[in-house]
Amino acid sequence: MTPSSVALELPRARLRLAAPAFALAILGVSLFTLSYGQVALGLERLIAGLFAPDSDPIAAQIVRDIRLPRVATGIVAGAALGMSGVLMQALFRNPMADAWSLGLLAGGQLGVALVVTAAAFAGPAAIAFLTNFQGIGLTTGALIGVAAFAAAMAALSRRVGNITLLVVGLMLGFTVHGLVSVIMHFANRIGGRVYSGWNDGTFASTTFDDLGFLVAPVVLGLVVAIASAKGLSALLLGETYARSMGTDVRRLRWLTLGAVVLMVAPVTAYCGPVTFIGLIVPHFARALARTSQILPLLPLAALSGALLALTADAIVHLPWEQHFLHLNAILALAGAPAVIGLLLFRPSLRGSA
Amino acid sequence: MLALESLVSGYHGARSVVVGATTLNLAPGSFVCVIGRNGAGKSTLMRTICGLQPALGGTAAIDGRVVSQMSARDRGRAVAVVTTDRVSSPGLIARDVVELGRQPYTDWRGQLAAEDRRAVANALRRAGAEPFAPKSFDSLSDGERQRVMIARALAQSSQIMVLDEITAFLDLPGRVEVMALLRRHAEATGTIVLLSSHDLELSLELALELWIVDDGELVRGAPDELVDQGAVARAFDSADVTFDAERRRFVLREEGCGITSI
Repeated sequence: MTPSSVALELPRARLRLAAPAFALAILGVSLFTLSYGQVALGLERLIAGLFAPDSDPIAAQIVRDIRLPRVATGIVAGAALGMSGVLMQALFRNPMADAWSLGLLAGGQLGVALVVTAAAFAGPAAIAFLTNFQGIGLTTGALIGVAAFAAAMAALSRRVGNITLLVVGLMLGFTVHGLVSVIMHFANRIGGRVYSGWNDGTFASTTFDDLGFLVAPVVLGLVVAIASAKGLSALLLGETYARSMGTDVRRLRWLTLGAVVLMVAPVTAYCGPVTFIGLIVPHFARALARTSQILPLLPLAALSGALLALTADAIVHLPWEQHFLHLNAILALAGAPAVIGLLLFRPSLRGSA
Repeated sequence: MLALESLVSGYHGARSVVVGATTLNLAPGSFVCVIGRNGAGKSTLMRTICGLQPALGGTAAIDGRVVSQMSARDRGRAVAVVTTDRVSSPGLIARDVVELGRQPYTDWRGQLAAEDRRAVANALRRAGAEPFAPKSFDSLSDGERQRVMIARALAQSSQIMVLDEITAFLDLPGRVEVMALLRRHAEATGTIVLLSSHDLELSLELALELWIVDDGELVRGAPDELVDQGAVARAFDSADVTFDAERRRFVLREEGCGITSI
């Protein structure tokens, strides 16, 4: 094999090595989370709970109703956030862009809050309706919110620089956080209980029935993402070059934003604003793949995003003496220093972000 | 063949028309140098020809197909572009960049076929970019990056190559080499090469055809012809500098002591 063809095959070879390693790690952390927590089950009771629910009803309830949905949610959410980060950073040509830093999660949060509030003010019938159709209601609210904020940020990005856009995105996050607290205060007084305990990120509030609403949009988004990957690779050289090499940049922009919205909105609806995964996972995936071409990055970002989400969730649900830790606190502990490190020690990032 | 039919380039609004109605035909294998003062409209004209910005009027057509009406993919096969923009792309090696030039031909994944790999290898060799093909694109010098971008355009195997101010980052031997290689490419493959440059003396020497963009108009002809007609002098002379047609170079006007060469 000549040196050049080795270079050519490198991302794919690394993917072939990394993918099974990640899958194993994800399986390991999943098993740990399923068997360990406030109640330590051990492998035997875990297996009983999973496969012979009648023999150990308590283990079955803990594993099947509480832990398994949480693990599945963590995997889907982490993968979706990681991949959406790859898309956002390529689309905005900004290494610090992701759904959280550019305010898209805030949009989703606001959308959900408004749906809940509208139901609360419309009276008990509307609340009952929303409780019954929570999945569709919340996902739709989040979709509209994320899409609106994504369109606004995309329009703004044509006018302002990367740094301004980031600050605007983060400020939108704070604004919405405050707004949601105020809205919820009034909605709760009227009786909107649907939405409680959600303002912080968590994978623990989904049930098995919700998973479909979470997974279906993410899969659809993934299909669109894969279709946009080639054009996004061309966009690495800038818009003029992408157009000159046969990319319909307008169409690409809409497709990519669509994919991001489809991946991020259901995660926001069910898990709240989960921070940092979308921001740091793409950097990790690029370092691992040794390329920034989009297609090989998507599976790596999905796998490492899922692993990061699961690990953070596992730490959150260790049997701490007091109450549970917050997911975003753990993610910030890992993510914020990683971002600082990237900014300080990567020469290519120092100038651009 | 490239055919401009009353092509008007410029912007809607305050700046409006930059280069007025231009009608001309270029045969395959033409090597055209586009010259003109800063802000005369070279880039605007060239961007309009390759469909990167809409024309204010008229059309540019390649083999009878109007560029602005082509699909993005067809346009990618017809026109390759190199601009003066400094491209930075962390995480790509030089070869990746050249491979991106094959995008108008590859499948939805961007997977390279044997023919694409051949075109990439050829382009790298012809542009003299082979030695740094496996290196990170961002680690290259400006001159090396420019060669990679040219290799990428060569790999695109288009009917027309449009290169805007690409020699700005190169030293003199580098400029001569790049211009000579583009001229050879035009002659060998029948590609039409449009190259704008500030390097007037080099353009006069190497161009098969010269376009002078001046005062909203395009004047075309063989370099010798345009020099003899005084078109070069008309476009470039200023209060301090004048073009000496005899010596084919600019000289300083100095009051009282005649003309001094610079």
